[in-house]
Amino acid sequence: MRALDIEYMLGLVPVLLKYVPLTLGMASVSMALALALASLLAIIRVARIPVLDGITRVFISFFRGTPLLVQLFLFYYGLPQLVPVLTALDGVTAAIIGLTLHFAAYMAESIRAAILGVDRSQWEASKAIGMSMAQMMRRIILPQASRVAAPTLVNYFIDLIKGTSLAFTLGVTELMGAAQKEAAGSFLYFETFIVVAVFYWVIVEALSLFQQRLEGRLSKAFVR
Amino acid sequence: MIKIRGLTKIYNGMPVLNGIDLDIEKGERIVIIGPSGTGKSTLLRCLNFLDTPDGGEIIFDDETIDVTKASPKDIQRLRLRTSFVFQNYALFANKTARENIAEGLYTVRKWGREEALNRADEILATIGLADKADAYPAALSGGQQQRVGIGRAMSVDTDLMLVDEPTSALDPEWVEEVLQLMKRVADQHRTMLIVTHEMSFAKDIADRVIFMEGGRIVEQGPPSKIFSAPEDDRTKAFLRKVLPSAL
Ligand SMILES: Nc1ncnc2c1ncn2[C@@H]1O[C@H](COP(=O)(O)OP(=O)(O)OP(=O)(O)O)[C@@H](O)[C@H]1O
Ligand SMILES: [Mg+2]
Repeated sequence: MRALDIEYMLGLVPVLLKYVPLTLGMASVSMALALALASLLAIIRVARIPVLDGITRVFISFFRGTPLLVQLFLFYYGLPQLVPVLTALDGVTAAIIGLTLHFAAYMAESIRAAILGVDRSQWEASKAIGMSMAQMMRRIILPQASRVAAPTLVNYFIDLIKGTSLAFTLGVTELMGAAQKEAAGSFLYFETFIVVAVFYWVIVEALSLFQQRLEGRLSKAFVR
Repeated sequence: MIKIRGLTKIYNGMPVLNGIDLDIEKGERIVIIGPSGTGKSTLLRCLNFLDTPDGGEIIFDDETIDVTKASPKDIQRLRLRTSFVFQNYALFANKTARENIAEGLYTVRKWGREEALNRADEILATIGLADKADAYPAALSGGQQQRVGIGRAMSVDTDLMLVDEPTSALDPEWVEEVLQLMKRVADQHRTMLIVTHEMSFAKDIADRVIFMEGGRIVEQGPPSKIFSAPEDDRTKAFLRKVLPSAL
């Protein structure tokens, strides 16, 4: 067994640090889009909107039922062969689309469960005072459902951040892509990948800390 | 004047409301009694389309609604003409007591926010909960929650107040305060349709008592008659069960 090249590892830190913004940027944009899409899908499912409900079910089933990597390849390498306009799609955009659709499918189900978790009688009270479906959702149901779903959604965000590492297979030089290149130059695979692992670990730990605080605050909401 | 004609509700091929006919005078307080599973709640819930009736007409003054042809707009108008007190309070858990009362005023009826909150404070004072204005439902006792639920229904002068067993989900210690409040509401000359198992309360406040069984109105009349001289055997049998000392 050889000794670790500590100097190389320390030198790698500032190099990789430059790629953190791209990783976090891809993750944040995908998360924001996924949240919006997931809420829409959840409402379609809950309201059982004809036709759309069926399409949504298939969508969710497909994106939960197939590996993220396969979905990313499908978007980046596959679709442009069918739809030539998509050839212009760069790796970052393709990754964001893939991550968005994949995680929207998962999050839609948690949001749906959280919506249905709001006591039936509050739906009835909203209707009884004359609220429209949109008013009821916005003012009564979603504020409560989002508090229930929030911790789970943070978990998905954590998964999503780790999922961005797959973007390197689409030629994106994000954290993982950069590490891959460094390792190919130095042949110090262990050192490189342990450093990049620690990068992800630190990011995720920071989020977990935020998650714990959030849960503490949410458990106290609506009680006074 | 509110008229209900041939109101019908069917669950799984079984009629739960069997063509209910009922005229309600303005300001009249009607109490509905009857065995469990008889369709009392269903009748109330069909009147504001929490349950969708399968047949009949609901007539508010000049406006006739054929329930089979009711549009979302008709349903919305019907809901604005009625208010509902739920057995299990059904307060909005993410709203304070004050907001629970004001919510419908500013979100649905488009009152100004200030005006709605002032009205809510007025109501809170009436129901004796001024000091709980900023409390969320989770921090209120069952009795307090139901008083807020009643306050929410009182906040607008609707044509018809529908009240479904306001005390039967309550711990015994809170029943009296809610009945007291219900009596005060009844004294305001609102038109009310109340389902209850509290017979002495029914006697106290009803202008008319309706006995329902099997999705039908079996017998109706002033409380003095229904409680002391019921005609139908089914009414007698029911009252014997709930008022063992009375008959
Ligand atoms: N959503 C539903 N699906 C199927 N059947 C229902 C539904 N709601 C009510 N019913 C049936 O309709 C009948 C009338 O119910 P309803 O709740 O109106 O009775 P009730 O007179 O209010 O009884 P209680 O005194 O117990 O409250 C019951 O037999 C009940 O099982
Ligand atoms: Mg009932």
